[in-house]
This record gives sequence, structure tokens and C-alpha cells, in this order.
Amino acid sequence: MSSSFPWLTTIGLLPLIGAIVVAALPKAAAASARMVALVFSLVTLVLGIAAATQYKSGSTAQFQLTETHSWIPQFGVSYALGVDGISLSLILMSLVLVPISIFAAWKDVDGPRARGYFALMLSLETFMVGVFAATDVFLFYVFFEAMLIPVYFLIGSFGGPRRQYAAVKFLIFSLLGGLIMLVAVIGLFQQGPGGDQGFLVTNLHGLRMSATTERLLFLGFFFAFAVKAPMVPVHTWLPDAAAESRPATAVLLVGVLDKVGTYGMIRFCLEIFPNASKWATPVVITLALISIVYAALVAIGQSDMMRLIAYTSVSHFGFIVLGIFAMTSTSQVGANLYMINHGFTTAALFLFAGFLIARGGSRKIEDYGGWQRVTPVLAGVFLIAGLSGLALPGMNSFVSEFLVMIGTFSKYKVAGVIAATGVIWAALYILLLYKRVMTGPKPERAAVADLGPREKVVAGALIAIMVVLGFFPKPALDLLRPAVKTTLQHVGVQDPAPTGAAVDGSHN
Amino acid sequence: MTGVLSLSPHVASLAAEGSALTTRDASGASAIGWLMIALPLAGAALLLVGGKALNKIGPLLATALSWASFGVGVAVLLQLMGMAAGERSLHLNLYSWIPAGKLDVNFGMLMDPLSMTFVMLITFVGSLIHVYSLGYMEHDPDKRRFFAYLNLFIAAMLTLVLADSYLGLFLGWEGVGLASYLLIGFWNWNPAYATAANKAFIMNRVGDLGLLLAMFTMFATFGKLDFASVNASVAGAGKGTLTIIGILLLVAACGKSAQFPLQAWLGDAMAGPTPVSALIHAATMVTAGVYLIVRSNAIYTATPDARLAVCIVGAITLMFGAIVGCAKDDLKKALAASTMSQIGYMILAAGLGPVGYAFAIFHLVTHGFFKAGMFLGAGSVMHGMNDQVDMRRFGGLSAVMKITWITFGLGWLAIIGVPGLSGFWSKDKIIEAAFIGEGWRPWVFGLAALICAGITAFYMSRLFFMTFHGKRRWTDDVHPHESPLTMTIPMMVLAVGSALLGLAIGPTGIITDWLAPVTGAHEEGEPVIPVPVLIVLTLLLVAAGVALAWMRYVRDAVPVVPPVGSLATRAARKDLYQDDVNEAIFARPGLHLTRGLVFADNKGVDGAAGGTAALIGGSSSRLAKLQNGFVRSYALTMLTGVVAILGLVWVIQ
Repeated sequence: MSSSFPWLTTIGLLPLIGAIVVAALPKAAAASARMVALVFSLVTLVLGIAAATQYKSGSTAQFQLTETHSWIPQFGVSYALGVDGISLSLILMSLVLVPISIFAAWKDVDGPRARGYFALMLSLETFMVGVFAATDVFLFYVFFEAMLIPVYFLIGSFGGPRRQYAAVKFLIFSLLGGLIMLVAVIGLFQQGPGGDQGFLVTNLHGLRMSATTERLLFLGFFFAFAVKAPMVPVHTWLPDAAAESRPATAVLLVGVLDKVGTYGMIRFCLEIFPNASKWATPVVITLALISIVYAALVAIGQSDMMRLIAYTSVSHFGFIVLGIFAMTSTSQVGANLYMINHGFTTAALFLFAGFLIARGGSRKIEDYGGWQRVTPVLAGVFLIAGLSGLALPGMNSFVSEFLVMIGTFSKYKVAGVIAATGVIWAALYILLLYKRVMTGPKPERAAVADLGPREKVVAGALIAIMVVLGFFPKPALDLLRPAVKTTLQHVGVQDPAPTGAAVDGSHN
Repeated sequence: MTGVLSLSPHVASLAAEGSALTTRDASGASAIGWLMIALPLAGAALLLVGGKALNKIGPLLATALSWASFGVGVAVLLQLMGMAAGERSLHLNLYSWIPAGKLDVNFGMLMDPLSMTFVMLITFVGSLIHVYSLGYMEHDPDKRRFFAYLNLFIAAMLTLVLADSYLGLFLGWEGVGLASYLLIGFWNWNPAYATAANKAFIMNRVGDLGLLLAMFTMFATFGKLDFASVNASVAGAGKGTLTIIGILLLVAACGKSAQFPLQAWLGDAMAGPTPVSALIHAATMVTAGVYLIVRSNAIYTATPDARLAVCIVGAITLMFGAIVGCAKDDLKKALAASTMSQIGYMILAAGLGPVGYAFAIFHLVTHGFFKAGMFLGAGSVMHGMNDQVDMRRFGGLSAVMKITWITFGLGWLAIIGVPGLSGFWSKDKIIEAAFIGEGWRPWVFGLAALICAGITAFYMSRLFFMTFHGKRRWTDDVHPHESPLTMTIPMMVLAVGSALLGLAIGPTGIITDWLAPVTGAHEEGEPVIPVPVLIVLTLLLVAAGVALAWMRYVRDAVPVVPPVGSLATRAARKDLYQDDVNEAIFARPGLHLTRGLVFADNKGVDGAAGGTAALIGGSSSRLAKLQNGFVRSYALTMLTGVVAILGLVWVIQ
């Protein structure tokens, strides 16, 4: 289904124009960089919502709002964009998170350097849209690698004391994954139909290849995505990168960019290599379970709150991967919803912790205590973010975590039980953090102000999204359900039927 | 057990036809039943977001909203009462909550005799405690936040009992857990209180894991999570599966209702302000486990094995709480131990199946009144005694706090089961029911229930005498006085309930008939010891307990410093070493484990992964040098990549 208006290109291009404008501002006007950046990101968001209204949920085509142009026909490369429910919801989440992050980062950088900072954030938005919208494997790879550049500079130039180390570590891990994927990308082309559109995703479905070839190519993609996601044991770059980043950078890095890993697992690993995916399922599920439990336990023991939050994300990515590879419709709908929810929850945790760090001047948990008495509003919003992190019913994350677990359990009992212990570990890492930072006697220190209006807007927006998605996830689920159905059709798996003679006695 | 067993197929066949009860769509008053939840929820949101502007009016607003919720509840109750017994079930579908394809959960409310019994208890006692708190928390700087949490609790608790599915129940279930956490830690500037709040939430999460796994099993077996579908599908499910579900639900009940082995959080939960202890940790939230089991009666009736487990847990906790209650000198912790023990009675009754479901709920309701009343009395005592809780420093308060003394006294007489008062009707019914059956069970469960009636009489009399009678052992700085009317009026109302409620709904058969449509026809059975003998035995044990307490705590002087005590006393004081056990088995190994993993993650995993990465990018020492010119290296890498592609493509073609 072709759209007359190039929605996706427009949404992707606008932030890039914004980035150029911000970067080109004269030194004297550097103070207005953040406002220009915010306006560009907000206009992009409005356009994104407009595009979403053009999306027809009943359509039979896998991708909508498609644009296909020949780019390097000699190598089968097209400039091809399009979205299904999964990628559209991820793009919308990104478009919401960017202005929130920019607003939260309002006072991060002063002086002329602010231009570079906000320009990098906007340019990152372009690549985020591109990577989720690309329906050409090579184009996806280009965006996948291009994303690294703004993130590298955001961490390396604007981060904390060990920013250089963290940025390099991030880059090496990512490049290693990317290079292996590149080999697989080329190998995949060789297996495909070739021609001037040989890299189109839709042309690579249902390929016939030998089991060994399929498995090797699967592994090439999967390794890159596992590093990006990140999964244990290739997760160790994330705590460093997230801790040394500015909180707003950490939000975009962990909340959005890491989703490329799990998104890629669905779009490429499962849809293009269904047999290899099934072959790898036992190992992947095991790794996902290890991620869930291991990262949660390591989070409990952290002394740096940014690292702690990063480890909770590793644990949550374990849930997402588990839901994807359990390959039931319930678990996959849950995993896709989890990607969206995790973006907002992680944003809330990083940004609110950032508000605290901006006041207390330290990331060390032991440097805090009793802050509920000093900054009650900040303590309150921090707790709400935490409750979302521990998947309290009524908050967004509960719905997705529940769907992942219950869907997994219906097929893999033991895995479902192990994953479910995550609810205990999550309570531990969140509540122990809250206790150590916020409770206890009033600290003896100079008075600090509670949240200001700007911070309240950031907190209010994120909390509103988390509560609405907790009580009314229907719009997101309606978007995701058909896409998951398509994915599972590509893989060719059926949901397990209820084992008992079930009777529908509901009154609905 | 024959009665129980012969009943099972009967109930199952009814269940297979849909339900023993015809369910209709809500109309009239019940169509606005959602207001019961929405009103206090709105109050909570308003008070939290409203800021300082609501400091004065907020508490009053919260109290009014709680009463308004009670009002809606009464209207729905009247509507139900006006219907034929077999039709007293109204369903209100609110909206599509989680339409995830295979799993499709609507948000709906089920208003039937069981849920409305709870609604009445929650909103009536809850509203009284709101009123009481107006006086009790008058001078607290954060009272707006306190009332917001109280309203949040009411909304969550009503969600728990009104939901039409296990998932909706779970929303309320964890919601009350959150309210409990917030209120236990309300004064969390005290680190011990903050720890108590965490302990409550985390131990409850262990129980919640049970409820989650029960839902997973239901979904895998029945494909549904709503009560009606699950109940209707029970007949077609395997016995093993039902037993697993029953035991998982029991785990959940153990967490929420502080039953063995997840009981350790309740004593520490007394860190919360006393009205909270009365409402959440005595009258309502902690009884949610009993609700869960009785609500799932279709499952439990079909699985005697799971019911046996329920009975065992109830009996153990019943004795555990009673023993601990004998040794506590902290007024609130003694009452908390008593709560645990009394809920043990309810759980035991629920485990007995159709002979016990209705009695479990009956005792739950009367206990809600007399225990809440006594907790409010304890709050009144603390109010007059500078927030002291050590009963060894009380004594002789009957003269200076007349209303507190009398209202507390009625609660005391009710809980020990003095003939005519509420506890006599409800607890003795459980003792009788526990003696019904064959083999060893009636003897073990019956005797446990019987003996604990005596122990209950002892520890409650000890508590009552140490506080209100005997010599005054006050510290020099206290000037006890009666509490204001906002506090004493709720105490008086609850005292009336403690005295008369049992008589009103017990021997008249009202409560058993009322609940019959949900719990199935109430089964009468013949106890292995004749009922009149049981009544006499119980009364003798109670009299002995009271007499012993009188001798030790009124006739003899109560030492201000606790004596060393026997081995048993010392064990009971330390809650039978529950914390030491948890510490040794879970906390300390857990601490070492997380520390070890953090170390391993930083050194081992990172070293291995980072080392591999460094090998590819160069040696790790060169890494540092690379940092400066890394952009160039990056460009070089990209270039290498592009060359590699072009080369490969050329080869392939």
C-alpha cells in the first residue's frame, strides 16, 4: 500500500534539518539551541501522530506508509521505508521520548557547546526513525551503524568523568556486533533472489537455504542484536555507557537504541530465519532467563544508582527476549508492548535519578538518605517510576511483563516460573534503592529546591503515559496484535491450546 | 469428610452448567457500582496532586468520599437483598482492559453476596477509621498524604473484592500491598520503619508470585482468568492441576494474610500509624487471603488435597500467633500476633470446605469489628501515653480512660468468646466445624482450634489486664487522658458491633443463607465430640485462660523490666525466631550472592567480554591510546567495512 505523501521520510528528515539548524546557530544565539531543538522535536512528534492516523489497522499488507526508491541497484539496495504495528509503535515512542529528553536536558550544557549537544540529540532521532522504518536490510544496517556516531559523541564529549572509557567500550562492543552482522547481511543477499531489490525484507521472507547457512546467518544477526539489546553475557558495556552518559542520553541509548536489538530479533531473526530461530530457541530462552535473574541480582548489589538502573534494564531486556522467543502470540504481544513500556519506565528512572543527582552532586547511593524529607515531590515521582520498574499492576510495565510471563508459561512451564521470580528481585532492587536514597532522617545539608515547573512537566508527562498504558493499553495492543500474528505466521508456529476442557462462562 | 466428598460432584455439576448462581447485568444502583472504587480513588489522586492547598480540607474530603463509597455500597446491597437468593449476582462490564488476543481480559465488577459483605466491612470500618484518624493524626504535618493513602487503600481493597477476574483481583491485591507499604513506612524517617515497609512489600511479593503462577496455570488450562469461566471449567480439569492451583493460591493467601511461613512481616508492620494497623493490618487487607480462598471455592471444593494444605497452614498459624501473643509486651505487636492467630482460624475454616466457607467469612466480619475496635483502643491508649506501647509501663488505665476501657473491654470479651458476644458465635462455629470429619483430621484440627481458644483467652486477658488494671506503672512524663470524640465515637460504634453483630447474623442463620449462593449450600455435619460438650469445654478453657492471666497480671505485680523467662517465653518473644531463620536462610546468603555476582560481573564477565572486544580492536593497552584518535579509527573501520562489502559482492557476482 503506497502512500502519496512520504510520511516516514519527512519524519526522519525533520530532526536532521533541526540538527543542522541548531549546529549552525551563531555563537551568540547558542542559548536558544535548546528551544530550537525542542520545537523541531515537537513538530516531528505532531507529524508522527498525523502519520499514525494514516495507518490502517485492518490492512492485509505487512507494511504501510511505504516508500520505495532504487538506491544502489547494482547491489540490490533500495531506499525502502514502511511500518507495521511493531515499528510504528516504536517510532511513536521515540518521537515522544526525544522532546521529553530535550526538555529534561535543558540545563545540562551551557554556552556554545549546547549547540553540539542538542544537534546530536536531534540527529540521533533521525537515525532512530530510519532504523525502525527501514524495510531494506542494507538500509537498516546503514542506520544501525550510523546511530553509533551521535551516541559516541554524546557520551564521549558530554558524559561523566569516565566518559572516554565508556564511549570507547560502547563503540567497540557495537562495532564488533555490527561487523559480524555485516557479514551476515551480505551472506543473506547471496541467499536471496538478488536483483535490484534483493535487500527488501519482503523479498527475503520464506527463503530456501540449507540448515547450516540459515543458522550461521541467524547467528550473525543475533549476535549483533544480543550485544545491542543487551543480553548477558555481552551486557557489560551498558552499565558503563549509561552511568557515564547524561541522563537524557541514557534515556535515548537504553530506552530507544537498545530496542533496535530486540526489534531486529523479530524483524530479521524470526521473520527471515524461522527455522534457525526455532533451532536456537532453547539457548536463547536460557540466556534470556539468565539475563532476567542475573542482572536483577547484580542490580541489587550496585552502589551507583545509574548503574543500578542500567542493570534493571538488562533484566527487563531478558523479559523482552524471552517473550519474543517463546513464540506464542501472548508472549510476543507482551514483548512488543514491553519495548514501548520499558522506554517510558527507563526514561522516568534515569531522568528522575538525574534530577536527584543534579541536586546531590553524586551518583553514589550511599551519599543520599532521607531525601523524602528534603524533596518530597521528587521522592514521590521517583517512587512511581520505581513502581513501574517493579511492574506494579496499574502501571504500564505490569501489562507487558504479565503477558510475557503468562504467554511463556503456556508453552514453557519452567521458563515461566523462573521468569516470574523476577517480580521478587525487582521489588528488592527498587525498594532497597528507594529506602537507601529517600528514607531515613532528614540529611544535614544546605537546603535544595524540590522539583521546578520544567521538571514537573517532564515527570508529569512520563507518569501520565505510564498510568494510561497501565489501565488502558488497548490502543497499543490493537496496533501490535495483527503485527505479531504476521510474525508468527512467518515463523509458522501455533499457540498451545488450553489443556483442560475450558468453558467460557464470562459475562461479557 | 464424607459430607464434603459427597457434595463435590454436586457442586461440580452445578458449576458445569455455568454457575450455581444466575448472573445478570448490573442495572439500577449497581450500574453505578464503579463509583464505590472511583470515589476514594479520585480522593487519593486529588489529595496527592492538590498540594498544600488541600492540607486543611483534604482529610475531611477523603473522609466524606469514603462515606460516599459506603453509601453507594448500601444502595447496591439493598438492590441485591431485594432479589431472589439464586439471582443475587450482578455483573458490570467496564471496559476492555488487556485485549491481547488469546488472553483477553475485561475490566468488570462482580457484585454478589460475598463481595458485598466485604464492601460493607471495608467501607464501614474504613470510614469509621477515617473519622478516627481526623483526631489521631490531627497534628501530623503530613496528614494530607496520610489521608490520600487511606483513600488509595479503600479503592484498592474494593477493587480486590469487586473484580470479576483473578487479574482484576490482582490489581487490587498489589494495590493494597502498595497502600500497606506506604502506610507502614509513613514515618519512614525512622530507618526501622522504612525497613518494616520493605519487608512487608517484599514478603508479600513472594506470596504474589503464587497468585501469578496460579493465574498462569489457569490460563494454560482454561484459557481464561475470569471467575465465571474458571469456575465453569473446574469440572473438566484434572485433579492434579486443580491441586496445584489451590496450593499456589494458598501461597498468595499466606503472603497477604501473614500465614505461616510468610508471617514475619505483620509484627513489624505495626510501625505504621495505629489507625492503619486497625484498618489494613487487622480488619481488612490481611483477611484478603481468606477472601481469595472462599472466592475460589469451586476449585477448593474439587481438591481435598489442597484443602488439607490450607487447613495445615491455618492450624500452624493459629498456634504460632497465639504462642507469640502470650509473650509480647508491645501492645500493638501483641494485637498483631492475635490477628495472625485469628486469621489462622479463618484459613482453617476455609480449608474445611463447604462446612467452613461461610464460618470463615462470618469470623472475618466479626473479627473485623472487634479487632479494629481494639486497635483503635490501643491507639487511644498511645495517644494518652505519649505514644508508648510497652504494656509493662501501663496498668490502671481503666480509671482515667473510661470510654477506651469499656470499648476495649467489649472487644476483649468478644474475642475470647464470652457467650452472647460476637466472637462466641463465630469462633465457636469454627471450632465445631474443625471437629467434623473422619480419621485423624478432626482430632488434630479440632483440638488445635479448641486449645487455642484457651490460649487466646489468656493472652488477650493478659493484654487487657496489663493495660487497664493492676498497679499504675507509668513513666513520670505521662499524663494519660481520654481521647477526643472523633476518636472515641468510632470506638463506640465498633464496640457495639463487637457485642451484637455475631448474635444478629450468626444464630439467626442470616450469614450462612446470605453467602450460600456463592459458597454453595452450607453443609451441616456431626462433630466427633458432641456440640454441647464442645461448648462447655471451650468455656472451661476460656475461663482457665482468663483466671491464669488474672493471677499473673492483676493479683501478682507486673515487673517493669521483663523477667528473663523460660526458654519458651524467650522464643515466643522473638516470634519463635522467625527473623533469625529468614536471615540465615535468605537474607545473609542473598547478600553474599549479590555481592559476589557484582564482583564477578565487574571482573569476570566484563573482563571476558571486554577482553574479546579488545582483541578485535587491538590490545587493551592500546585501547587507551585509541581514545584520542578514535574518530579516525572509526572512519577506518567503516571504510574497511565498505571495502569488504564491495569485495565480497564482486566475488559473489
